[in-house]
Amino acid sequence: MSLLEIKNLHVRVDGNEILKGVNLRLNAGEVHSIMGPNGSGKSTLAQVLARRESYEVSGGEVLFNGKDLLAMKPEEAACEGLFLAFQYPVEIPGVSNAYFLRSAVNAIHKYRGEDEVDAMDFLPKLRKEMKLLEMDEKFLNRSVNEAFSGGEKKRNEILQMAALAPKLAILDETDSGLDIDALKVVAKGVNAMRSPERAFLVITHYQRLLNYIVPDYVHVLVDGRIVRSGGPELALQLEESGYANVGTASTPTRKNASGTPAAGAV
Amino acid sequence: MGASNVASAMQTPEAYAEAFSGLEKEAAGRELAWLRNLREKGFARFSEVGFPTLRDEDWRFTNVAPIAQTPFRLARNGRGVPASGEIARFFMRGAACTLVFVDGRFARGLSAAGTLARGVTAASLAEALAKNPEAIEPHLGRYLNIERDAFCALNTAFIEDGAYIHLAKNVVLEAPIQLLFVSTPRDFPAVSHPRNLIVAEESSQATIVEDYVSLGGKALCNTATELVAGDNSAVAHVMIEREDAEAFNISTLRIQQGRAADVASHSVLIGGALVRNNVHPVLGGEGGECLLNGLFVGGDRQHLDNYMLVEHASPHCGSRQFYNGILAGHAHGVFHGRIIVHKDAQKTDAKQTNRNLLLSDTAQIDTKPQLEIYADDVKCTHGATIGQIEEGALFYLRSRGIDEASARRLLLMAFANECLDRMKEGPARTHVERLIHEYVAGVTGVIASEASQAAVGERS
Repeated sequence: MSLLEIKNLHVRVDGNEILKGVNLRLNAGEVHSIMGPNGSGKSTLAQVLARRESYEVSGGEVLFNGKDLLAMKPEEAACEGLFLAFQYPVEIPGVSNAYFLRSAVNAIHKYRGEDEVDAMDFLPKLRKEMKLLEMDEKFLNRSVNEAFSGGEKKRNEILQMAALAPKLAILDETDSGLDIDALKVVAKGVNAMRSPERAFLVITHYQRLLNYIVPDYVHVLVDGRIVRSGGPELALQLEESGYANVGTASTPTRKNASGTPAAGAV
Repeated sequence: MGASNVASAMQTPEAYAEAFSGLEKEAAGRELAWLRNLREKGFARFSEVGFPTLRDEDWRFTNVAPIAQTPFRLARNGRGVPASGEIARFFMRGAACTLVFVDGRFARGLSAAGTLARGVTAASLAEALAKNPEAIEPHLGRYLNIERDAFCALNTAFIEDGAYIHLAKNVVLEAPIQLLFVSTPRDFPAVSHPRNLIVAEESSQATIVEDYVSLGGKALCNTATELVAGDNSAVAHVMIEREDAEAFNISTLRIQQGRAADVASHSVLIGGALVRNNVHPVLGGEGGECLLNGLFVGGDRQHLDNYMLVEHASPHCGSRQFYNGILAGHAHGVFHGRIIVHKDAQKTDAKQTNRNLLLSDTAQIDTKPQLEIYADDVKCTHGATIGQIEEGALFYLRSRGIDEASARRLLLMAFANECLDRMKEGPARTHVERLIHEYVAGVTGVIASEASQAAVGERS
């Protein structure tokens, strides 16, 4: 069974069809990247998977761990092990990062019928992650994302991912707006989390990120459809030729592990 | 004053006149000519103007007809005293003492005397009038303006009891004093007029908490406090209004600040059907600082009105107003922030901020700044915001596994915490924090279920 299976997903936003039949399958242990130009539907896909209610699913099916993801509330998806690192993390004045993280971890523990986390165990673990992400401990007492720089916000997303230990992490343009040093730190945090039990869906506009988080598969999303799939080399091709030349192939075939390019018009 | 004022004045004072003449014969301190005079002036003024109407600029958002049309009788007659077990839950932990007032009258048997530092008096005003009237006379009724507010005039007409707090020069009281005002249920609509006098002499320091609760029933509590903050004193005053859904509460806090006096007024309104919170500081000495910090949280059809009048009457004073409102259901909130900078009050630094969260389409807020500046070298700023719980923030929290009700609660508490954070750490803040947590938890439970029901309705 795949960890995530998206079948013919159609999504509307304000009456406009943004996703026009997306098919995608992810297995545990894999890192997939979705690339695409502005407005292709990348972020819509991420938000729908994280169950944002303002997006209307007009067709298709998504199974997460065999369960109907589209029937879940955002908090249920999170508790089932889905995590979205936001493109634009939200500022929440008046709620400290430490309190927020502990509330989130406890909510997930409660859902799974586990005990609440002990502050004595939780903090040292968190500090270790923060060290890896080169975050100052002061972040714990500051309000969530308030007055954080762009790089600090993105690192905070990765910190949350580490604390929540999801089965599937979706990174929505986590690289955008980062300088190369910050990008390396974020990539280090992500790579430290790679494991045979966990999958990643890395959404990006730029190929650069994929030098640091090397994906197993690359998919190209154009105008609401995946028009090509391939290995990491596809990202490099795109970097040279641009999205305009990818074409508008319909259903791409799933690439096999040996790296045969997917079928589709070139 | 319009004709409608006269009309309402004509309907009501008859009942009040009878009560007034009855009280005059038996009230505490009736042998004191100055006090009789004060009461008479208060009653004369009230008879003249009657209850305010919406035509009155200071009352344009608050209709007091439910008060004017209710035949209230003085709660002092035939009063019932609650058992101590009934009110134990209202006591503040860590208080230096708790004085309990039942329907405006001091109840020694229910109070917790505590041990107060030397130089601190915390007593009943009626007793102080009997024992030591010369300490009261220079202050009582000297600051409260009965001309501009009919409720203050009415309160003054019915001065009888309340709290008298005196802090001698240089006395520092670490733990707060709690004044607990309990309205009790009657078989008639009952009114009480607690009157408090707080005098902090030079360089003294204390925290005073006025806490208004009720045990049910339709009641009006029309309370007034004069707070005299002497030179270089530091006084924190906390007003908590957490009465029942049927209760009316009108309160006035009149603060008179001396040179370099530092006063913080914290107001927390979470109960009552119709509530008016007047805070009126006069910065009467150079270098004074005044903080007006408030949180009002209402649901159902609650009406919560905050009327601030900050008077800068001396140079180099600073005032800061921060009021946060959270309104759900059909609740109506009002924030009226008036700042007057008198001619000689140069180098005034006055700031006013009112932020509001509306949790339903039917909740309403009226916010009105009003600056009157007669000095030329001053800094005055004001700002108001009205918003909803941000959907983006809610989704962010939920995407981390926090359920919707908890996420809403977290966001509301964060908003409320802005006010809590302006209070100094200590028993008073802990007390207020606990009340707000409990209240917000209750409110958000209701709102979240309403919201999810609405969502279900939309889908089906």
